[in-house]
Amino acid sequence: MARKTECLAMLLAGGQGSRLGILTKNVAKPAVPYGGKYRIIDFPLSNCINSGIDTVGVLTQYQPLELNDYIGNGQAWDLDRANGGVHILSPYQQIQGTDWYRGTANAIYQNINFIDRYNPEYVAVLSGDHIYKMDYAEMLDFHKKKGAACTIAMLEVPWEEASRFGLMFVDDDGKITAFEEKPKNPKSNKASMGVYMFTWSKLREYLIADEAKEGSSNDFGKDVIPAMHNAGEVMVAFPFDGYWKDVGTIDSLWEANLDLLNPVANIDLSDKSWKIFSNNPVTPPQYVAPTAEIQNSLITGGSHVEGEVDYSVLFSNVTVEDGAEVKYSIVMPGAKIEKGAKVQYAMIAENAVIKSGAVVGEDPQAYDDRANWGVAVVGPNLTIGENAKVKAQTMVVEDVEGGAEV
Amino acid sequence: MIGKDVLGILYTDAYNDCISELTALRTTGSVPFGGRYRFIDFPLSNMVNSGITKVGVITKNNYRSLMDHVGSGKSWDLSRKNSGLFILPPYNFGGGKYKGRLEALRNTMDFIQASNEEYVLLCDTNIICNMDFKKLIKYHEAKNSDITICYKEGKYPQLANLMRFSVDADGEIADMTVPPKAEEGEGIFGVNIIVMKKSLLERLVNQATAGDYDVFEKEVIMKNLDKLNIYGYKIDTYCSVIDSMQTYYDTNMDLLDPAVSAQVFDRNNPVYTKVHDDMPAIYGVDSKAKNCVLADGCKIEGEVENSVLFRGVQVAKGAVVKNSVIMQSCYIGEDANLNCVIMDKNGVIRPRKSISGDSAYPIYIGKNISI
Repeated sequence: MARKTECLAMLLAGGQGSRLGILTKNVAKPAVPYGGKYRIIDFPLSNCINSGIDTVGVLTQYQPLELNDYIGNGQAWDLDRANGGVHILSPYQQIQGTDWYRGTANAIYQNINFIDRYNPEYVAVLSGDHIYKMDYAEMLDFHKKKGAACTIAMLEVPWEEASRFGLMFVDDDGKITAFEEKPKNPKSNKASMGVYMFTWSKLREYLIADEAKEGSSNDFGKDVIPAMHNAGEVMVAFPFDGYWKDVGTIDSLWEANLDLLNPVANIDLSDKSWKIFSNNPVTPPQYVAPTAEIQNSLITGGSHVEGEVDYSVLFSNVTVEDGAEVKYSIVMPGAKIEKGAKVQYAMIAENAVIKSGAVVGEDPQAYDDRANWGVAVVGPNLTIGENAKVKAQTMVVEDVEGGAEV
Repeated sequence: MIGKDVLGILYTDAYNDCISELTALRTTGSVPFGGRYRFIDFPLSNMVNSGITKVGVITKNNYRSLMDHVGSGKSWDLSRKNSGLFILPPYNFGGGKYKGRLEALRNTMDFIQASNEEYVLLCDTNIICNMDFKKLIKYHEAKNSDITICYKEGKYPQLANLMRFSVDADGEIADMTVPPKAEEGEGIFGVNIIVMKKSLLERLVNQATAGDYDVFEKEVIMKNLDKLNIYGYKIDTYCSVIDSMQTYYDTNMDLLDPAVSAQVFDRNNPVYTKVHDDMPAIYGVDSKAKNCVLADGCKIEGEVENSVLFRGVQVAKGAVVKNSVIMQSCYIGEDANLNCVIMDKNGVIRPRKSISGDSAYPIYIGKNISI
């Protein structure tokens, strides 16, 4: 019999992140590399342990192998525990009703038994897709104080962006009065962050009800939350003020990485009071050669830099040879940028090789058609041949021959 | 299988007086090195990479930071139910602390006797070397050797009781001398990495006289040169025996040579260390870094050249750090200037201060010191 816990967390890590293309072809989105030595899932996991939540269910579904391997027994986040700890929850065969996770609510519904084992009063439901630091204990205090059945973390977003989000109308007492899902003409700029705190007994009820409902899409945002709201449950918005980034698109992933170099962006990973833990790669310290020219960049252990690196993020074990240039780019673990190659405004995935003289990406200021400019991406384990050229906004999914232009 | 055959024993306090500034508050094995390691990481990683799964860590003085660093052995996969890492503090030893290797072994005999491995591999921790111990064991067995001692040829490390000898064509050791005091010179010398059967070690330690001044190298090795098959195993990869502050400085600086660092940090035999979860290093606008080895958590806004920087070192705008070894969490203030300095942890150099040593006489700045 598992020891009773006050609050546990369910982390939705099953998504494909289809807009990340080749980067998530074989890897779930929460396992996508970020910030030199992290993966996206390090943020919700670290937030949990720093908030005092030591029981976390990670719901996986899409291409989970790399994610499962990365999480292991949870030791990297102090989540290897005798009681609680991290548990990977995949869909499993049952006597009846065996199914893949049909939606975010269905995923939690299928794991009611897991949650019941710990008999918690509260359950935090987190997405595994966002970069942010949050103290869930504060959110829980807010939830308790307001006597809520459901608390939704809320961020005020710039009005120009509001139409991308699920929005909420909130009264002076913090109570949510109405919802607006990605409207063309937003009347609110209070966005839902996809971070929820529920009183478990209530959530449990609504999950079971939703599962029985014909035609439901079994989604939190579309089905369960509105059902709770319409039934008159107390729903409150927990105001959040800090860095929060959805890294669901190539551009946002690229920006989020470069945000680490921009003090205005206000994301500080060196803050010792809120450490972001990760499954650290074992590498020697980084080496900067006498020929290296590094400016305004973030570089991770095991890397070997002989060339030029400007406003870029290099992950572990990256090689930048003498004469090579990396600007405004993200280079993921193990990639190699050979002599004379030029990487600009691009993302180079794990273990890719950019051969001599190749040029990947284009400077937006030198680009004629600004509206169609975008970051170039080279997929994992690929080779860009000598003197080849990869244009802006191109996603390379197979080797490019020397001299070719894509 | 080697794991079941070899018991590793590490002497973490040997030669601490050679680098007394660094070992004033910490035992030899926990001396920081190479940007993110401590001395013990090297022999310990060599052992686990060679498949050894049980290691006894003999400690004597000031071993708190060593215990904190090594913990239960998790970082080396030595946190185990069967075997694993064992810290062996001095135990009930007649009132005083043991004076040398021989006494340390007597103090550890119960642990050694209770172990089931066939061989014992004895290692000092002031040796920076990446070695495959499987090869050493194979050599020991192929030669039918009773005791195999690793050796190097070159300038003698300035250590007391250094084993000096000659090696014949077959590898057998002869003509050993063990001068009690360090002596200048060149030749073949023993590096304190020694293999022998556990049963033999037990017998020899018990037989050796129980006097106060008895030296392991003399009593156990030299005295038995004619009675036992004692072989030398040549180390031909980079191997530095730390015998002084100068050697400590030079060995750190050697890591700036990619050819050396490729040997020390052999990717096939990685060096493991305690995980610290620092963020990657950040190089600011107008920063200048050339020919350096840097660890995670560093923030470089100034100039850094020919230096080794440990975790979390901050170099402010305008500061210049050259030819130096700067340990964990030091802060070098604006426009400060450091040249040929070894700076211990948590130090602060205030803005515009200047400290300059020479590569043949680096200046040591102690832990937690603000200048």
